Amino acid sequence: MFGPLLQRIRDSLIVVALMSAIAFTGIHLIGDPIHLLVSPNASTEEVDAAARSLGLDRPLHEQYALFVKHAVEGDLGRSFVFNRPALSIVLERMPATLEMAFVALILALAIGIPLGLVAGLMPNSWAHKLIAGFSVAGVTIPTFWKGLILILIFSVNLGWLPSGGRGDTGQLFGIAFSFMTWDGLRHMILPATTLAIFQISMVIRLTETGTRDVVQQEYVRFARAKGVSGLRLLARHIAPNVMIPVVTAVGLEFGHLIAFSVVTESVFAWPGMGKLIIDSILHLDRPVVVAYLMVTVLLVVSINLVVDLLYVILDPRLRARSK
Amino acid sequence: MIKTESFKPQDQEAGQAAPPPAQTPWGRIRKQFLLSKTAAAALLVFALLFVVAWGAPFFSPQNPYDLAAVSIVDAELPPGARSEASGMLHVLGTDGAGRDLLSAIFYGLRISMAVGLLSAMAALCIGTTAGLAAAYFGGRVDAFLMRIVDLQLSLPAILVALVLLASLGQGVDKTLLALVIVQWAYYARNVRGAALVEQQREYVEAAMGQGLPAGRIMFRHVLPNCMGTLIVTGTLQTAHAISLEATMSFLGIGLPQTEPSLGLLIANGFEYMLTNKYWISVYPGVALVLLVGAINLIGDRLRVVFNPKLDQV
Repeated sequence: MFGPLLQRIRDSLIVVALMSAIAFTGIHLIGDPIHLLVSPNASTEEVDAAARSLGLDRPLHEQYALFVKHAVEGDLGRSFVFNRPALSIVLERMPATLEMAFVALILALAIGIPLGLVAGLMPNSWAHKLIAGFSVAGVTIPTFWKGLILILIFSVNLGWLPSGGRGDTGQLFGIAFSFMTWDGLRHMILPATTLAIFQISMVIRLTETGTRDVVQQEYVRFARAKGVSGLRLLARHIAPNVMIPVVTAVGLEFGHLIAFSVVTESVFAWPGMGKLIIDSILHLDRPVVVAYLMVTVLLVVSINLVVDLLYVILDPRLRARSK
Repeated sequence: MIKTESFKPQDQEAGQAAPPPAQTPWGRIRKQFLLSKTAAAALLVFALLFVVAWGAPFFSPQNPYDLAAVSIVDAELPPGARSEASGMLHVLGTDGAGRDLLSAIFYGLRISMAVGLLSAMAALCIGTTAGLAAAYFGGRVDAFLMRIVDLQLSLPAILVALVLLASLGQGVDKTLLALVIVQWAYYARNVRGAALVEQQREYVEAAMGQGLPAGRIMFRHVLPNCMGTLIVTGTLQTAHAISLEATMSFLGIGLPQTEPSLGLLIANGFEYMLTNKYWISVYPGVALVLLVGAINLIGDRLRVVFNPKLDQV
């Protein structure tokens, strides 16, 4: 059991190391941020002094070695723009992103599973066609475009929901959350839906195929023969067996939700990590860009690792093989 | 490792071609493909968009990037309005700088399509070579290549693109490079899978017995039999590439303003949307969705056509 686990952890570390090297080296190649930071009429000595204080005058490999040493200690440098530790700026924005990704995940399951069940149980109905059409559109249409259309319909034309920002937040364990207030919830609906539509479509497809398989299984036919029908058959015999693979697949999708929040946060001006990285890229705020990439890659890699572990723990066949 | 002469069309040899069926394979594929009305419609839409994009200077009512033709007086005209300066009809209205939107969309389609197709082609070549090599040589080569593929595919494509574009910076070449790096792994994985199945067959064994060089067996014997997988992957990945480029350009980290793809047109129109001047963003978006949607539907149909299990029915 421990062999594959160690290998997975080693692989994850390789991913993180590679990404940090790429990001650090590459980011060093574009524009010198020093000219953006000091005023245009500063003297050469002043520019040099500023570069020295930020460590920008040293050779690249020295800067990277220093970066790794500090990164291990949890220090990813100071933001050029905010003049504060980059890591803490990124971490401050993380709850907003995680909250939206989590709401999107719940939406994906809460909407996708029932629709998938309906589509799977009634393969030749108009409902099936409608749901199948929705799921094709959901996978095809780029996420930012879904966001724009939702804003156009629900904010601009109908005026029901706000088009951007986070609204009022409530405190829970000292962290601001939008779902604690009514206003925050209203701000959450459009971005979370935009983010969720792709995953809703995916859950629909998975649930539909699963349902079609399960309905033909012996135990469902036996239950029918026993006289079980309607909701009880659905809730007790079909749904649980369909849901296991769907829920595990969606677990892996959490990383995608966090990555794609870059898009929804930019469209809806949601003050999370995703909006932060785009702003930072445009401002050449290297430490924040690197800090975001490190945090996100680490987050996604850990999620994959945990889901993989759960597979091994939950699936008796895999457990037996790895012994 | 790979010999270029194996690509030459003239070194065709007998006994390698598939046994001639009553109908040519391409004819059969075309017939099967067109059995689906949705797929036929998607193909038509794609063909139309392709023609319009290819001939953008010819079909456009105006050259939207010719400063002499565009007047700021015409800015933000609604669809169907006439220009105050020239009396020209703007079917889809004008954008914030007074450009005819229909023309801007034609030119934007051209850039989006070119970037998508080019990156897909380059990724196809690299990924196919890697996939064939992994399947043919096996062992360490396979383990090494597939480890890279697995590591890369464990991260969401958009995150990889973000890392690359954040480090490389903006530009057409950089966006192309990022798209190729994001995509090659999908080709490598799928081609390797198909090639592993093919290599079990006797014709590959026969070719090996003849002592043919590795590059020749890979590209002239195995590859032609993996075409189905390659075409399906290629189609779906092209749609993915166009969509990803649009997303990155929309976020302002993809193509520069000098190469306005559909994603950039949409981004430029975003600020007008909140004041209900919807057309500046919506119509380029419709073009984008039509393009990506048509390619996806074509890919889905090709998957059915090339699936050998469905083939036998």
